Amino acid sequence: MSNSDHLRIREVTREFNVNGEKLTALDSVSLNIAEGEFVTIVGASGCGKSTLLRLAAGLDTAHAGRIAHDGNLVTGPSLDRGMVFQEPRLFPWLTVERNVALGLENSGLAKREKKRLVEEHLELVGLSGFAKAYPHQLSGGMAQRAGIARGLVNRPNVLFLDEPFGALDAITKTRMQDELQEIWARERITMVLVTHDVEEAVYLGDRVVIMSPRPGRIRDIVPVNLRRPRERISAGLAKIRTRVLESLNSIDSRPTATDERPVKDESGRRAAPLRPAVVLAN
Amino acid sequence: MTAAIASTRLIRFRRGVTLPILLLIAWEVSSRIGLADPRFLPSLEDVAITAKRELVDHDLIGELAFSLMRNIAGFLIGCVAGVAFASLLALSRTADVLITPTFNGLKQISLLAWIPLISVWFGFGEQAKIAFVALAAFIPIVLNTYEGMRNAPADLVEVGRALRFNARQRILRIFLPAAMPSIATGVHLGLIYSWLATVGAEYFLSVGPGIGGLVIAGRERFDMALVMVGVLILGLVGFLFNRFAYALESYLLRWRPQQE
Repeated sequence: MSNSDHLRIREVTREFNVNGEKLTALDSVSLNIAEGEFVTIVGASGCGKSTLLRLAAGLDTAHAGRIAHDGNLVTGPSLDRGMVFQEPRLFPWLTVERNVALGLENSGLAKREKKRLVEEHLELVGLSGFAKAYPHQLSGGMAQRAGIARGLVNRPNVLFLDEPFGALDAITKTRMQDELQEIWARERITMVLVTHDVEEAVYLGDRVVIMSPRPGRIRDIVPVNLRRPRERISAGLAKIRTRVLESLNSIDSRPTATDERPVKDESGRRAAPLRPAVVLAN
Repeated sequence: MTAAIASTRLIRFRRGVTLPILLLIAWEVSSRIGLADPRFLPSLEDVAITAKRELVDHDLIGELAFSLMRNIAGFLIGCVAGVAFASLLALSRTADVLITPTFNGLKQISLLAWIPLISVWFGFGEQAKIAFVALAAFIPIVLNTYEGMRNAPADLVEVGRALRFNARQRILRIFLPAAMPSIATGVHLGLIYSWLATVGAEYFLSVGPGIGGLVIAGRERFDMALVMVGVLILGLVGFLFNRFAYALESYLLRWRPQQE
């Protein structure tokens, strides 16, 4: 098994049924991710990037095609695959440290070991002073850091991040990107991050996967061969960013046959956005 | 800071007791100046004397203890059964489809209408009274717990899935705490209903020791002062239950942001 076989996504197609209409969220997507790699996936909303992430994490399994992690077929969630959601999704009735400890609930570790790991990861994300605080006492950035700690504490093999900084203000976002990069460099955990922010994708990724919508396909993969730590305003980064932007823009200027057909329900309102959670709830 | 909170509390307390004190004064004045027939509305003094007589010569505390025991036993049974039953309905689709419509029909039946059935099933003794009290607590607790569990955030349920929670972890870590605000409302209502039902059971089922029995005895002897003592005690206990429920609620829900 070669290194690039760490996470293998082969010909994956995912269709949703929205108000009786079949909608192809992902169309025959293939991608290999190497161990320890930082892959970012960027694309406009509705391109299926979050769907791809959820499938790879095993949170959604209703797809055609194969997804294998370390040679094993992904058939459901696993503790080897961590997940950080767009919202922190902390349990409001638990303190920050107990929220992080949820990640170890099924780890089978001894109590003392769990305690040590929780403390360690709170320190990693800079929340040591807030171990006993409840989520409502935290700022958005702090809550998201607690969410990242919960995703990391079990030492997953791969960490999936679904637009983790999307809801943060620009300053907090920049700081969190640097922190995430540091954690990645130190822990060598494979990371797959979905974002709609090109700057973020280029700054963090070893490779940037560009997806196009309706149906969701991988359009281009741009390697970012720049030394870390990277300079946000370096010329190299700017060049790659331009390339990614051009690739994204060329998608928009070339609508496909299915492109301008918005999903509508009987009343003519635009149907719920294609968030898998919403679709599954129907 | 603490002093400020203490003084606002004091002000609130003073405002709260104003009306009861005015009522007591109106009561005393009307009986003193002969506005009310003392046979129907005894004077405060009579009530106080009767209370003292019941307390010292008879076993008022014992009667109260009997009522409270019945109430607490029934309430606890109703509480545990209610949360368990509601969890079953909320978490098992099969149970929900099979049982919830029937339950929704049955809950419309007035609590008092159950008394004949309960007395046939459980007799007229303690068991029947406790069963009735338990039923009174059961219904609001089931309704609120069910509601709370059904509204458990799907986001967090998914986190549980990602972290490979088993059924026990899902219930203990997600569904029960998510439903806790609703359960607290249900328990609060259950506590009040069960106290009402305790008195109801003592009225409608066999006469035995208890505050309800005391009130009935007062009526039969046309001793309005005794009736008043009973009624005041019922009100006072209900008030204390209410305060206790609030305290419990704010402790259980301390993770929520403070509300004004």
